[in-house]
Formats: sequence, structure tokens, C-alpha cells
Amino acid sequence: MLQIDNLTAEVAGKPILKGLSLAVNAGEVHAIMGPNGAGKSTLSYVLGGRPGYEVTGGSVTLDGPEGQIDLLALEPHERAAAGLFLGFQHPVEIPGVSFVQFLREAANAQRRSRGEEPLSGGAFLKLAKEKAALLKLDMDMLKRPVNVGFSGGEKKRAEMVQMGILDPGFAVLDETDSGLDIDALRVVGDAINTIMRQKDENGPGKAVLLITHYQRLLDYVKPDFVHVLAGGRIVKTGGPELALNLEKEGYEAVAA
Amino acid sequence: MSEALAITATRPSTRDEEWRYADADYLASADPARLTQWLEHAVAPGETERGFAVIEADSKSAGFVDRLRVHVGKGGRYEHFVINAGGPYARCELDVTLEEGAHFELGGVTLGGGEVRQEIVTRVIHAAPQCTSNQVVRAVQWGRSTGNFLGRVEIPKDSQKVEAAQNFRAILLEAGASANAKPELEIFADDVKAAHGAAIGALDEQAGFYMASRGIAPEAARKLLVRAFIADAFVAISDDELREDMLDQALHFLEGVEL
Repeated sequence: MLQIDNLTAEVAGKPILKGLSLAVNAGEVHAIMGPNGAGKSTLSYVLGGRPGYEVTGGSVTLDGPEGQIDLLALEPHERAAAGLFLGFQHPVEIPGVSFVQFLREAANAQRRSRGEEPLSGGAFLKLAKEKAALLKLDMDMLKRPVNVGFSGGEKKRAEMVQMGILDPGFAVLDETDSGLDIDALRVVGDAINTIMRQKDENGPGKAVLLITHYQRLLDYVKPDFVHVLAGGRIVKTGGPELALNLEKEGYEAVAA
Repeated sequence: MSEALAITATRPSTRDEEWRYADADYLASADPARLTQWLEHAVAPGETERGFAVIEADSKSAGFVDRLRVHVGKGGRYEHFVINAGGPYARCELDVTLEEGAHFELGGVTLGGGEVRQEIVTRVIHAAPQCTSNQVVRAVQWGRSTGNFLGRVEIPKDSQKVEAAQNFRAILLEAGASANAKPELEIFADDVKAAHGAAIGALDEQAGFYMASRGIAPEAARKLLVRAFIADAFVAISDDELREDMLDQALHFLEGVEL
């Protein structure tokens, strides 16, 4: 579903990704773990097309609703419409723009670019209520400005509400577990499973790339593969047991 | 001294602090009365009054200066909301004196492109204890335009328990546009709260990318951000319809502008 080949990228002239390759099939969850500065967040931003993250080589293709696309050739908003969702490590606050307004605009922008009918106000609110309930987030919070005054945990849950509403085919979740207490971690884990792992008979299937420092989210969202990212490359790949080993022995011992 | 010379002497120039960002050519050519006279208004004690002003550009005129002096009686309230989309030079000036427990609320926006120079200038005299003021001014400038906010707050020594807040922010949509902020706080009382903030910048790129990552195209994202930015100035309009109407009028001046 997502195919990354020999990807190299730099930030402010400094090479960060140095030949990263990764293939994720529909229906799979892949976890990417790695030490600080390994390039984990850079990978998510490069996939999302953040300005300042310059791709210097390699390719990324994604199976979207209309077949395979060259992800790197698209503008960030076009990538979203093609089914990519980026869960931010630090969700951005947007004063003066309510979540409801923001997400309705986003959902309908995506629908229009796919040639679908926009959602009516009522249909959108019904969908938003359903997803907020899934994340145990008070619907009133979605009437507030985007992420303004939200705690760290609330921001992360709100990210998952957004994912639920936008219903992407492929999600890159960058440290979605950070800032969550134990109960919230379970709620978020369950939501990822509900939103991204339920089989859609008609669709091409969904897949998730979980970027995390810790094994604990993986107790709830069971990965099919675990990769260790270090020095801008995948240096080791294994099953869920690799995450447990990393937790026990550290990156240096396991990935050396 | 001849009469002509006397007039020249009282005519403001850009050497005067409160006129320093004004259009020097206009000051030199305008009828001095326009630059020095005030429209006077009094708000009776305990009363609330609200003023709305929309200044549009007028290419046939070299400049426009609107000067309003308001006296707000004890426990009274005056609210003023202004959209300054005027030019080539447009100045909206308010001189407000507050009696005990009175409040002044200002929401102002300057919006302009080309070569226009737009100003919102205030002087708020907290003449008695426990009076309050809140001023929110937003500037959206493009082309080679300039948006200025000069805000003077005076709190004499017997005016205790006064609260005065002032917030100015400007978004410059293009290189070449500019904004000037000149907050001036003259505080002689010791038990007061006075706050001011000013920021001049471009549209928030982080917010732009965040919105794009959700599927919102750059132009639509910038529209949402500018709308939210301007809306700050009208938050204090308690009537929903009036508030939306002012916001729509302000946004109307941005139609066709490449955000």
C-alpha cells in the first residue's frame, strides 16, 4: 500500500534520511522505533510534504482510492485527499478557528477533490459526534478553537477524532502515545484499531505506520512488523517481539 | 506674525509623535482644521453606547482624518468598532476620557494594499478610579501599504484600580507591506493593571501545514486564518448578527486579494 524506496531527505541542508526503504501492505500495522534524532519525525513530515523537508532522492508511492500515486509529486493537501493522514506529535493550535469548522472544511475539501458530494452540516455533526464518543472526548470541545487550551492528552485524542472523521486509507501516527495517561492510551489504542483495522470489503484496505519511542502503545495496537530507525535508515526489522527486546535492552544493544 | 504663519505653526507634522507615521505630504497640504478639530461626544453616566465606522478608500481625495473625542460618564460604557480600509491616507483617531467605573472598548482593523497608509490612533485617559479599557487592533496589509496603531493609555496618580489592555497584531501578506505599533503607557497610579502586546508577522506557516495535512488547500487555509485573525477585533460585539456583519464587511475588502 505504501512503498518507500531508498528515500533521502534533508532539513536546512543537513541530511536526515539516508536511504530509507519500507513496504507496508494493506491491512498491516508497522511500528517504527528508534533513538532520538534517528529521523522518525522527519519521515512523517516528508511523507506529509511539510515545507522545509526536502527530498533529495528516492521515491514513495501510495495506493489511493484511484490507484497508485507518486506521493512526493503531490501538494500536502492533495496527499490528504489521496488518503494520507498525519497524526502530529505536537498538534498545532489555531486560535479563532473551531474544530467543527476546521474539520468540516477539511472533510469537504477532501470529498470535493475526490468528486464526492460534500457533507451537509447535519451529516457532518453526526459523524463528528460519533467519533468524539469513540475517543471519549466531549463534543463541546470540538466547538472550541483547534487545540487551543487542550491538554497534551486531549490534543492526541482530538487527533484521533480527526482521523476518524477523515477516514484515511493510510495513517502515519507520530508519537500519538506521548502525553497520554494509561486510560487515555487504551482509548486511543482502541480507536486506532476501530478506525484503521476494521475490514472494509469494498475498499483497498487500510494501513498504519506508528512512530513511537515506547512499546506500551503496541500492547493495544498490535504491530505486524517493528522496524528500528537509526541514522536515517531502517537498521533492523522484526515482529512484535523486537519491540519488547528494545524495551528491555535498549536500541544500542538490539540494533547494533 | 501673519495669520498664515500662525496656521502653519499649529499644523501637525511627522515630527509630532502622534503623527510620526502619517502621510507627510497630506499633512502639508490638508486644511489644518481637519487635522486639529474634534467631533465631541458624551456618554451619560451609566449609559452604554456603541459606534461603528467603516472607512473606504477614496482615490479622489488625498486623505481622510476622522477625530472623535468621547467623554464617558461614571459607570458608562463606550464601544467603538472600526474598519479602516481607507486611503491613500486614512486616519481614525479617538480621544477618550473615562470617569469612575467607566469602560472603553475598541475593536479596530486596518486592511489595505497598494500604497495606502492607514492609522488607528487612540488616547485613553483613565481620569478616575476603577475605570477600564480594552483595545484590540488587527492589521492586514499587502502591496506596499502600511497599517499603524498608536495607542496611548494615561493613568494619573489618583486613578487606582484601573485596568487597561491593548493588543495589536499585524499580518503582512507580502514583502513590502509594513506595520507600525506604538504603544504608550503613562502610568502614575500604583494599583493598576496595564497590559499591552504587539506582534507583526506573516501568516502562521505551521497552522498552514497542519490545515493542508487535513486536506485544506493553501488558499482556503489562509482565508480561514485571516478570518480568525480579523475576528479578534470584533469579539466584543455582543450581538451575533452585528459581529458577523462587521466581519463580513471587513472580509469584503479582501475579495480578490491574493492571500
